[in-house]
Amino acid sequence: MPDKEIIDRRHRIDPKEQEPAERIKNFDEVASTYTEEEALAEAKRCLKCKTPMCIEGCPVGIDIRQFIDEIKQGKFEDAARTIKAKNSLPAICGRVCPQESQCEKLCILSMKWTPVAIGRLERFAAEHEKQGEKPVIPEWNGKKVAVIGSGPAGLTAAGELAKMGYKVVIFEALHTAGGVLTYGIPEFRLPKDIVAKEVDYVKSLGVEIRLNQIVGKTITIDEMLKEYDAVFIGSGAGLPVFMGIPGENLCGVYSANEYLTRVNLMRAYQFPEHDTPIKKSNKVAVVGGGNVAMDAARTARRLGAHVYLIYRRGEEEMPARREEVIHAREEGIEFKLLTNPTKVVGDEKGWVKGIEVITMQLTEPDASGRRKPVPVKGSETVIDVDTVIIAIGTSPNPLLVKTTPGLKTNGHGGLEVDGYSFMTSREGVFAGGDAVSGSATVISAMGQAKEAAEAIDEYIKAKCKR
Amino acid sequence: MYNIVSKTELATFTTQLVVEAPDVARKAQAGQFVVVRAGEKGERIPLTIADYDREKGTITMVIQPVGSSTGKICSLCEGSNLHDVAGPLGNASEIIENGLVVCIGGGIGIAPIYPIAREFKARGNKVISIIGARSAEYLFWEDKLRAVSDELHVATDDGSKGIKGFVTQPLADLISSGIKIDRVIAIGPLIMMKNIANATRPHGIKTIVSLNPIMVDGTGMCGSCRVSVGGQTKFSCVDGPEFDAHLVDFDGLMARGRMYGEEEKVSTERYQHEKNGVPLCLTRR
Ligand SMILES: Cc1cc2nc3c(=O)[nH]c(=O)nc-3n(C[C@H](O)[C@H](O)[C@H](O)COP(=O)(O)OP(=O)(O)OC[C@H]3O[C@@H](n4cnc5c(N)ncnc54)[C@H](O)[C@@H]3O)c2cc1C
Ligand SMILES: Cc1cc2nc3c(=O)[nH]c(=O)nc-3n(C[C@H](O)[C@H](O)[C@H](O)COP(=O)(O)OP(=O)(O)OC[C@H]3O[C@@H](n4cnc5c(N)ncnc54)[C@H](O)[C@@H]3O)c2cc1C
Ligand code: SF4
Ligand code: SF4
Ligand code: FES
Ligand SMILES: [Mg+2]
Repeated sequence: MPDKEIIDRRHRIDPKEQEPAERIKNFDEVASTYTEEEALAEAKRCLKCKTPMCIEGCPVGIDIRQFIDEIKQGKFEDAARTIKAKNSLPAICGRVCPQESQCEKLCILSMKWTPVAIGRLERFAAEHEKQGEKPVIPEWNGKKVAVIGSGPAGLTAAGELAKMGYKVVIFEALHTAGGVLTYGIPEFRLPKDIVAKEVDYVKSLGVEIRLNQIVGKTITIDEMLKEYDAVFIGSGAGLPVFMGIPGENLCGVYSANEYLTRVNLMRAYQFPEHDTPIKKSNKVAVVGGGNVAMDAARTARRLGAHVYLIYRRGEEEMPARREEVIHAREEGIEFKLLTNPTKVVGDEKGWVKGIEVITMQLTEPDASGRRKPVPVKGSETVIDVDTVIIAIGTSPNPLLVKTTPGLKTNGHGGLEVDGYSFMTSREGVFAGGDAVSGSATVISAMGQAKEAAEAIDEYIKAKCKR
Repeated sequence: MYNIVSKTELATFTTQLVVEAPDVARKAQAGQFVVVRAGEKGERIPLTIADYDREKGTITMVIQPVGSSTGKICSLCEGSNLHDVAGPLGNASEIIENGLVVCIGGGIGIAPIYPIAREFKARGNKVISIIGARSAEYLFWEDKLRAVSDELHVATDDGSKGIKGFVTQPLADLISSGIKIDRVIAIGPLIMMKNIANATRPHGIKTIVSLNPIMVDGTGMCGSCRVSVGGQTKFSCVDGPEFDAHLVDFDGLMARGRMYGEEEKVSTERYQHEKNGVPLCLTRR
């Protein structure tokens, strides 16, 4: 009998990454996909637990133990198939899921050491998906569903419904599909050709995508209901929130949405080859501590600026993915923690020349355990900057609610839906993703969309019987 | 792809395109605009729907080539395509009934004022239109506007047509004549709209202007188009583009409009350079 192989489970395998000094000069992806060797080594760390806690942490319940085992055995295509059974966008989720607060958080290894790099393995498996493999699409069942928005929620709902035999049409306001995956998350974190591939896959299932269609303007939900048996709203939470501080309308103040849209969707980093401009700033203040703030900061860095990240709590409290925070630090983003802007200072021509900030202090934890930041009186200082990017959050766009009588919101601007059926206050109109929850995650948007798709199927079948 | 079914030079630096966009034509109303991209690498720019034909499924745009994007769009030939046309965006004009309305269009603003004047006329208003331009060679649609107006005044900066001076002159004359004006609506350069606001403010005449800030998506997603109105921040693309002229912070808007001055110069020069080397009608079918 051969010696049992000794596996050092303490450390996870890191993939190759572009050096910080190098990567701030380009928009190429920071981390590489595991090589086969790396993937095998990492997969071997998995204990193949009897009760795999990791699966509990995955919002769509991927059989993580199984797919990692398949990687271990070199059956990469099988691993991809196992993931795809639950998650139709593995190449995307493997890259952008907040794994440390989901699957990896519950991995048994994290109790003692670092958890199995589930996300990285998922990304690796996605790369080995069998090309051209497509589920068998049943014949058209004679029913049609309209989907609003082509972000992760819309794409997932459309894909699931197409696989059930529905004819699905996606209506997308922008000129390119993908939602935040296309206009928000930067190329260096999620290459756009990967998003395009996933969009093509959904199209290959027979889904039609109509671009430049602003629902509420070009066509209303009530008009859709005349032609379609049901409508799914996956319109996201794309409305930027500003702080309401003086000077916010000065030249040089951006919402993160605008900044990122110009760079990602419109490719302003390739200006003037692409027509859309972006300011080449010297010193930028990004306000916020989430993924959006990290993306804006790292984008500004790549456009050549020195970047301050202004966040009113501490680093621990940052809602951004851990990896992005680390990457941002490596790239020389200067963190100004426990700091909050009080006003944007302008010059005589109406341009930003600084941002006034105040020091914050965290209170003792309240009943919910959260510590509240409160300003320290008289601690205002001004940081010299020529650009300010506000990344403190977004909320759902009110356009659909304004143009659809009887469509109700839940008070936070999100759509009110029945917790089980995902049906909104309008019969036959369903919703999921950020449009319901407010800005959340790719995987949660997909999870909701999938459940909504099943509910839509039930609804249409029940309606036919009536 | 959105086919250009006809192209007409209306005046110096004034190109009219009639474009097949049935989805937009079906819904378009006076006061609304579209967001257009000339080509695959194109910028998203807003252009007013100057007219529409629901039956034919076409919309009309009148464009002044001021930089690379408008330049590219104006250089496209009949039969070729615009890459993207999205809309109709923004709110329709608020149309009052049976009043006296003064519609003012300056420069390229003559085009968007036309469907609005037509709508006011159709709803039983007395319509007095004032159009103005630098000189006669920049004027267009005089006949179209006359057809929907009870009175038409023309002004040119150099006096080559109509009265010599700005559109504010005939407006001031109307106001001092003592007639009761229920509404003024003005579209044109910011400075013109600002001057009109200043002219009507002391008389308490309700004045509406259609703003043209820099836009990206045109759907309320980016905030690039924000403007301060009565001390509140509004997004022009979804809250406007029409606002109460007496409440608009024109100076802030003017500053923001110049935000990309340097980049626009680079882009325009690059475009000029390309244009000189390449035949314009490459895209003809
Ligand atoms: C910069 C940034 C970084 C992020 N990073 C991460 C990350 O690392 N990990 C993670 O899990 N999540 C991340 N998120 C959050 C995540 O992207 C979202 O939770 C997710 O995209 C929501 O999916 P969705 O389909 O509900 O909406 P969206 O992705 O917002 O898609 C909505 C789509 O609907 C379209 N639409 C809206 N209104 C209309 C209308 N009226 N008519 C037609 N179409 C319409 C929009 O144009 C858009 O294409 C990030 C978000 C941003 C902005
Ligand atoms: C609601 C609305 C309706 C409009 N309707 C018309 C119309 O019917 N006909 C017409 O000729 N023009 C119209 N415009 C103006 C037109 O959009 C700009 O002239 C055009 O975007 C300039 O692009 P450019 O690349 O050719 O010029 P650039 O050289 O890039 O810019 C010239 C100037 O145009 C403005 N501008 C630049 N980019 C944008 C942008 N993305 N959005 C808005 N303004 C910008 C800036 O003030 C800039 O200084 C409208 C604008 C708005 C907001
Ligand atoms: S989808 Fe996200 S949460 Fe689920 S296993 Fe993959 S990375 Fe983890
Ligand atoms: S919890 Fe961790 S070790 Fe256990 S099966 Fe899941 S990934 Fe493997
Ligand atoms: S143009 Fe983006 S919000 Fe108005
Ligand atoms: Mg331009």
